[in-house]
Amino acid sequence: MSAQAIARPRVAPNVARLLRRNAWTLGTYGLFVAVMIFTVAIHPNYGPFEVQSLVVGALPLAFAAVAEACVVLGGGIDLSIGAMMAVANVVAARYMNHHDFQTAILVSVLVLVGGTLAGALNGVIALRTRVPDIVVTLAMSFVWGGVALLILPQPGGGAPDGFLALASGNVLTPWIPAGIVLLIVVVGAIWIPVKLSRIGLALYAVGSDRTAAFRRGVRIGPTRVFSYALGGFFAACGGLALLMSTGIGSPLAGTIYTLSAISAIVLGGVSLAGGRGGVMGPIIAALVLTMVPADLILSGTDPNFGQVIQGTLIVLVVMAGGLAPLLRSRRRAIVPGASSG
Amino acid sequence: MSAPATGLRQGRWVAFQGMLRDRPSLVLVGVLLLLVLAIGVIRPGTIGPSWVANTILFAAPLGIVAAGQTLVMLTAGIDLSVAATMTAAAYVAASQSYFGSARAVLLALAVGLVVGLVNGLGVAVFRVQPLIMTLGTGLVISGGLLVYSLNVSHQGPPAVPDIVRYVGAGKLLGIVPVSAFLWAAIATIVIVGLRQTGYGRLIFAVGDNPIACRLAGVRAWLVLLVTYVICGFLSGVAGLVLVGAINAADLSLGDVYLLPSVAAVVIGGTSIYGGNGGYAGSLLGALILTVLSSVFTLLDAPDPLKQILYGAIVVLLAALYVRTTGDDG
Amino acid sequence: MTDDAILLETRGLKKNYGAVVALRSGDISVRAGEIHALMGANGAGKSTLVKVLTGDVTPNAGTIRLEGREVRFNSPANARKAGLASVYQDVSLVPLLTVAQNLRLTGTTMAAIRPWLEELELGDVDLAEYARDLPTPTLHLLDLAQALASLPRLLILDEVTATLPADLSERVFRVARRWRDEGRSVVLISHRMTEVKALCDRATVLRDGSTVGVVDLASSGQEEIVSLMLGPAAASVVVSEGAVADTAPAPKVDPSPAVEVRGLRSGLLQDVSFTLRRGEVLGIVALEAQGQADLFECLSGNRRPDAGEILVQGKTRRFRHPHEAIGAGLVLVPADRALALLRQRSVLENIALPMVNQLKRWGLINTRAERKRVKAATDRLEIDTRAGSRVMRLSGGNQQKVTIARWLATGFVTLLCFDPTRGIDIRTKEQIYRVLRELAASGSAVLLFTSELPEIQLACDRALVMFGGRVVAELTAHDATEAALLRAAHGLERGGTGPAEAAS
Repeated sequence: MSAQAIARPRVAPNVARLLRRNAWTLGTYGLFVAVMIFTVAIHPNYGPFEVQSLVVGALPLAFAAVAEACVVLGGGIDLSIGAMMAVANVVAARYMNHHDFQTAILVSVLVLVGGTLAGALNGVIALRTRVPDIVVTLAMSFVWGGVALLILPQPGGGAPDGFLALASGNVLTPWIPAGIVLLIVVVGAIWIPVKLSRIGLALYAVGSDRTAAFRRGVRIGPTRVFSYALGGFFAACGGLALLMSTGIGSPLAGTIYTLSAISAIVLGGVSLAGGRGGVMGPIIAALVLTMVPADLILSGTDPNFGQVIQGTLIVLVVMAGGLAPLLRSRRRAIVPGASSG
Repeated sequence: MSAPATGLRQGRWVAFQGMLRDRPSLVLVGVLLLLVLAIGVIRPGTIGPSWVANTILFAAPLGIVAAGQTLVMLTAGIDLSVAATMTAAAYVAASQSYFGSARAVLLALAVGLVVGLVNGLGVAVFRVQPLIMTLGTGLVISGGLLVYSLNVSHQGPPAVPDIVRYVGAGKLLGIVPVSAFLWAAIATIVIVGLRQTGYGRLIFAVGDNPIACRLAGVRAWLVLLVTYVICGFLSGVAGLVLVGAINAADLSLGDVYLLPSVAAVVIGGTSIYGGNGGYAGSLLGALILTVLSSVFTLLDAPDPLKQILYGAIVVLLAALYVRTTGDDG
Repeated sequence: MTDDAILLETRGLKKNYGAVVALRSGDISVRAGEIHALMGANGAGKSTLVKVLTGDVTPNAGTIRLEGREVRFNSPANARKAGLASVYQDVSLVPLLTVAQNLRLTGTTMAAIRPWLEELELGDVDLAEYARDLPTPTLHLLDLAQALASLPRLLILDEVTATLPADLSERVFRVARRWRDEGRSVVLISHRMTEVKALCDRATVLRDGSTVGVVDLASSGQEEIVSLMLGPAAASVVVSEGAVADTAPAPKVDPSPAVEVRGLRSGLLQDVSFTLRRGEVLGIVALEAQGQADLFECLSGNRRPDAGEILVQGKTRRFRHPHEAIGAGLVLVPADRALALLRQRSVLENIALPMVNQLKRWGLINTRAERKRVKAATDRLEIDTRAGSRVMRLSGGNQQKVTIARWLATGFVTLLCFDPTRGIDIRTKEQIYRVLRELAASGSAVLLFTSELPEIQLACDRALVMFGGRVVAELTAHDATEAALLRAAHGLERGGTGPAEAAS
């Protein structure tokens, strides 16, 4: 052992390193492109309308995935994302119904604030009770689900057309759906400042290694609550997007999004162990997860296979992802100091 | 005069706390008795042999599925496909009863075994995180069941086989539920198995420290594989017991059991990080959750409110457990 | 260096985790401009004291005074602001952030840290690399550089040198001396007595969570520290060097080889051949990362070698899993207890673990027979099982003994010990070596890697010295003096046994 072994020279040029670090996300992009090509191939008339409906259909899941990503990156998990979406969805549908656009925007703002607080509440409970977050948020999914049913026992309500157009309209040309612009603006406006600031760094640090983060001067509790609050905010966005895409409020429609969101983040390269990944991967994964069942139906598969396909896709992708490192290196050394592989 | 007295009282209090820390199941028994007491107060005269019998009858499916969930969680995993598996087993049994009870029951159990095997292969061999793996299989099962339901309906109307109905809802001497015997048998096997068999030891070991297991020559993948298969099988059994008790199968029969199956285990003191806990606690947890539901029913609370209270109380009970057992868990 | 220049003083610091008391009464007084050693056996509370001092954990009782003012830190960041910076035993860089991002988290500027990176010769470390992708010694030094960048009045080094090879340790010592010369203070925790003697001015000794004495290192010897560390009752147990080998029955060397290694290559291991016979303890000596870890990985079945073969009792074996190595009689005791133990399980379950790893043992356990075997093993190693319901409540020495007792109870032919006495108090060490001698005498074979050279003559019959992935020397116990071993371990030619050119 000598100085050379310690101070490793810069062997890998930065490009290679960038590729290595983002291999999974790039893989997701590749998958997206492949699926897109397949879609266009089986659907010769693929046009603005199809793009539009894809975006409108994928928007709630995309927000849900971003919400889950925020929590998981910070080292937690929130199984109540879908239920919080349902609450946001029914509150908005109930109080926007028969009102004008301004009121709708006001209600949206209140819903977003409420969602943030609800997410923060999840985090505070997990933190104060020291009950594992899986358990807390699974139970909270019952609580939020009940709240949604209290607010709107049956599907109903609605929103002004102008509000619905935020997702279903288009910008400049028919090829640019308003939904994608909305997604980019909202996620960009919140996530980019977070990512660039110290709190974002702290979020990743807490997700990666809590003890080390604490010793680096990160305040663990507030950071974790922040990640849950951020998750709650995007879950509320998801609930509003759900209203935009369906036109009505439904107390049960949100629930499936918890599982789909977790699927999307895993597909999008966010490590469930925390600290690794971003929000772009999950968004792209949400698009893929929306497109694949639609494509298969188009190509003549029984539409009822949708869920089967989604489940199989997730499992296969994760298996493939798990297999790669397995083949590359053997197991973790049990004698410290042994070189790997 | 008063100082030593308070000292003594404090001493006793500390000793009491210490006892609770070492035997947290006492707390669970206390909570259970409290809930039973509450029912007695809300509606005097309810508590009696037939109430106990019915409670056990309702708790049996949860208790059985929680047994599988306990084993999986002891290995530091989680099985989110148990609810879908229960539904699938129940529905398959009902839809196949046309061809005879034996075939129906065997096919239903086979569903459980296959799901468990797939989960086990994914987790143990391909090293997929249990949460993701079981989430994926859960989706596949419910989707597959939907397709199956659309394609088998013409073979005869779904009807629960008699034998399943007997096991799920039958009562010996008109009072003792048959499912209680099945549950008791499973509970005995699981509790004794965890404590007294080599495989049981390995479940704890794998959940505690996989590297240490490898070092000691334990083939952790084998242990995990078997554990997920057992969990799938027990989910299938639970599905059968459930459909027997309800006497009707639909495509969302078991869905309500997902949270309770995890909650019963967590309330019962099994660490979600593995290596510590046992089935006795989960069993009490299943009883507590079932009695809690009947309290809500007695109170005639509206469904949404029930749901909210249920979730909140699960968190409270889990928090109570963490508090009594102290720092090192 | 008068008493009025006291920088830091603590009184009765106490910390318990649940029912376990980690620190009973930690008192330490550090003067300005001194290097102060903090010593004690494993589990004496050194690391806990450091964590309490720097706000990493909150004490249950006691006071900390910094220049006479009482202070209370609720995080290491707060302590750093007040001028106390620590480099912890376990690396505390966030693994999935780059080094630069780690620096940004603490608010360390490039300008502040640059000179220290130069000082520690880390100038060419790529700061855009994930902390996870850098070797542990580099991370420790980076941690140190960042601690230095805040220009602390008190620098605390918790076993930093334990993972560092000699040349890097020297860099740390250089900085520590410089710190003292500038009138600042350093607290150093180390198990290496020579290091402490050479560097430190005074030493505070902890035993069982309490401060038992302060020693002036200029005027007193290491015996005083050792007897303080062990306490009055245990002092008589300390044996002089060589006593173990003398009292053990004379080894009857069985000519049959237990393990033969031929041309083994894997990782850092280049080409190693040797024979381990039944009835002997064969020592392995090497500096850090000369391939010894890879050798043990291969022998214990955790990894398949790239080339070469392993013969067990004459037959070639290719292990695919430790399970197979154990079946062939090769068992491993690793240095890091955390890797070998089930923390939440009982002593009995830990010791009995390998007994149930065969499929045919998955059924009901014969509890009485099991308890008997476990008891025999715990008795032989004198394991204190009073807190045995959870292994994590045992002291470090007892935990290590559990990892050995496991194999005594299970049975084996060849025991592979990888630095089994790292960070263990002298009494336990002596016990372990006595057992190794007894095992050899009763016909087992023992392969022992140790990082503490004097122990070779204490416990081994023969020693192999590795350098650059090869065996460069073979010495009998008689010839294996510290000096001879050190020469060989640095690749310095002595008698034509191997290549002397530097392999790195």
